[in-house]
Amino acid sequence: MQHVMPPPPFALEIQRLVKRFDRPAVDGLDLAIRAGEFYALVGPNGAGKTTTLRMIAGLLRPDTGTIRIGGMDALADPVAAKRIVAWLSDEPMIYDKLTPREYLEFVSGLWRVEPRTAKARAEELLAWLGLAPHADERCESFSKGMRQKVALAGALVHDPRLIILDEPLTGLDAGSARQVKTVLRERTRSGDTVIMSTHILEVAERMADRIGILARGRLIAEGTLEELRAAADRSAGAATRDGDSLEDTFLALVAEPAHVS
Amino acid sequence: MNAVGSVAWFARHEWRLAWRDWWSMITGGKRKRLPAAVVAIVAFVAFMHLVAYWMVGRYANAAVDRQALLSITGSALLSWMLMISQAMESVTRAFYARSDLDLILSSPADAGRLFAVRILTVTLATTMMALPLAAPFIDVLVLRGGWRWLGGYGLLAAMGAAATAVAVALTVTLFRVLGAKRTRFVAQVVAALIGAAFVIGLQIIAILSYGTISRVAALQSPTLLALSPATDSVLWWPARAALGETIPLLAVLATSAALLAAAVAYASPRFGDYALAAAGIGRSGPIRTRRNAFRGGTSPGRALRRKEWILLRRDPWLMSQTLMQMLYLVPPALMLWLSFDRGDGAMQLLVPVLVMAAGQLAGGLAWLAVSGEDASDLVATAPMPGRSILRAKIEAVLAAVAVIFAPLTLALAVASPWHALIAGGGIAIAAAAATAVQFWFRSQAKRSQFRRRQVSSRLATFAEAFSSIGWAATAAVAAASLWLAAAPAVLTLMVLGGTYAISPRAHNG
Repeated sequence: MQHVMPPPPFALEIQRLVKRFDRPAVDGLDLAIRAGEFYALVGPNGAGKTTTLRMIAGLLRPDTGTIRIGGMDALADPVAAKRIVAWLSDEPMIYDKLTPREYLEFVSGLWRVEPRTAKARAEELLAWLGLAPHADERCESFSKGMRQKVALAGALVHDPRLIILDEPLTGLDAGSARQVKTVLRERTRSGDTVIMSTHILEVAERMADRIGILARGRLIAEGTLEELRAAADRSAGAATRDGDSLEDTFLALVAEPAHVS
Repeated sequence: MNAVGSVAWFARHEWRLAWRDWWSMITGGKRKRLPAAVVAIVAFVAFMHLVAYWMVGRYANAAVDRQALLSITGSALLSWMLMISQAMESVTRAFYARSDLDLILSSPADAGRLFAVRILTVTLATTMMALPLAAPFIDVLVLRGGWRWLGGYGLLAAMGAAATAVAVALTVTLFRVLGAKRTRFVAQVVAALIGAAFVIGLQIIAILSYGTISRVAALQSPTLLALSPATDSVLWWPARAALGETIPLLAVLATSAALLAAAVAYASPRFGDYALAAAGIGRSGPIRTRRNAFRGGTSPGRALRRKEWILLRRDPWLMSQTLMQMLYLVPPALMLWLSFDRGDGAMQLLVPVLVMAAGQLAGGLAWLAVSGEDASDLVATAPMPGRSILRAKIEAVLAAVAVIFAPLTLALAVASPWHALIAGGGIAIAAAAATAVQFWFRSQAKRSQFRRRQVSSRLATFAEAFSSIGWAATAAVAAASLWLAAAPAVLTLMVLGGTYAISPRAHNG
């Protein structure tokens, strides 16, 4: 009897997702991301990146469509889906009057992490992100980078399987940005999934396994950098070269939308 | 067209923003709410005129003797202290709020002109905030006693200007003496104390003299009357200005205008320095807090409640607000102490005061817990149903109210178990109702926007106040007769029902 390896499960599946405000922000989006994958979502301003990520995180209700997280219907059972999801935005939302340690204790409580496990994880994250010397200082005196690292520690302390990040590197200095990128890479190596929106195309190019380009609420192209270059060649007619950056490819694709299968 | 960077140009910019803030406060940013807001305002104005008619209508043609002058002066002084408190908060905010200051201070425009405009805006805002409460009384007196009472509006304008001048002087003095870091908190506490001190002082005099909490009684005290100056004294000029006497009115207006001009001339050129000093305080040393974290259970509700209590304890602004609430409880506490052997009469007055204070305190705390969530995304993505999150937050609020009011209710129980029962029930209902109003009108905001909570929905603010007053009245009547209390209770429930019907919660589900 021949054993066939099952395909890797999808950490996130989105089908025909629609969200309209006064105009369609997300317009029939289909997306599938495998477990352990680092997926970067790029696109021009107003493309629908944040709206998409907020719907995945359960912060916005879509008009139509389905979202499955780890096989669970996130719209039918949002609480179950949230147990394995972490959300981090570009504007770190933490409490000025709490210390990082108290913040992590609070987040662990929200996710029902057993106190001893939570404490061990918190100490590990505080050390990992260089926050240990400031663990008992109130966050009100922290810089943007430190606040973002506290928020990242909060996102990881409950050991999520899917990490959703909206422009997490905005405003970070080079050192802090590198720390965040290293932490995220480590998480995908250990099997977690990361979906991240970014304006910094170089970050997407270097870190992501696959890149999705969103424009006008639709996924206009998706794949590895090479696949995107090929798509750009096909759609724009202007030949991109091997040495071309994602920026060149991105501009070619956004200028002339095309679907890549 | 005003010259760019001139005082008039800054004034136009400031007042355009103020007007849009006000418009948004009235309509909640939705034009379709305007008719309901207009109806609510008209109803409020009519109600206030009825209250004013009942309170002062009969005095419109009273003789101008020392008693009348003392009553007018006392009432004006009471309002003025509250106006100073309000103006001081606004002036402190002007120093510390960053909003557009970075833009303006980094521009070549004269920041002194901007601050001159901001002081004038504070003057206008302070006067306008007193207007809805003062105007009905002045209108009734004009209708019943003649045009001379229009001087009341002149006195009100003078009070606004003088209050702002005093507030600027006090805040600048604090800045110079204590420095930028301490001034923010101390100014808030001083503002709260100024606002409360005069009211509480009068109440304590009334309690010690007459065994009543009424401030009016204090102003009619023979002792105070005997101590007051002769009718031709200059000290009565503010009262005479309200009565429309030309010379005192002009003198009061000129003095207050001179005070305001002096405050503007002194503080405006230094505004840039103060604002820069205030901007630097965020970069001061960290506050270390050693606490044994990661103890106890893993319930999300417990985590939320604990977080709320820690934040409430560490919020200096909230502490000053709570301090003020607690200060207002000093007179009832004194009365309670004195009334242990006086029988039920004093108790009858204590019950509504406690209920009213609980409702007001719960409203503030509920806003912080329900709307003032600094990490709203984090809490929203937590794996717990939205109703559990709200329940935990509401429990945190009600527990905080219970901790504050339980000792007073228990002390009351020693003197009169029946009154304690009524007070306890009233406190619970008033706190729950104020919390419900905040829940119906909840909107996401930062905790630091606490001061602006009344701006975001004037309807919620009025509903919360009416609810607290209504439950206080119900408790007062219930202390005498449970059956009669049904009437104010039903009325208050109708107010709450109407509030719910027009609340965003009812429309959004």
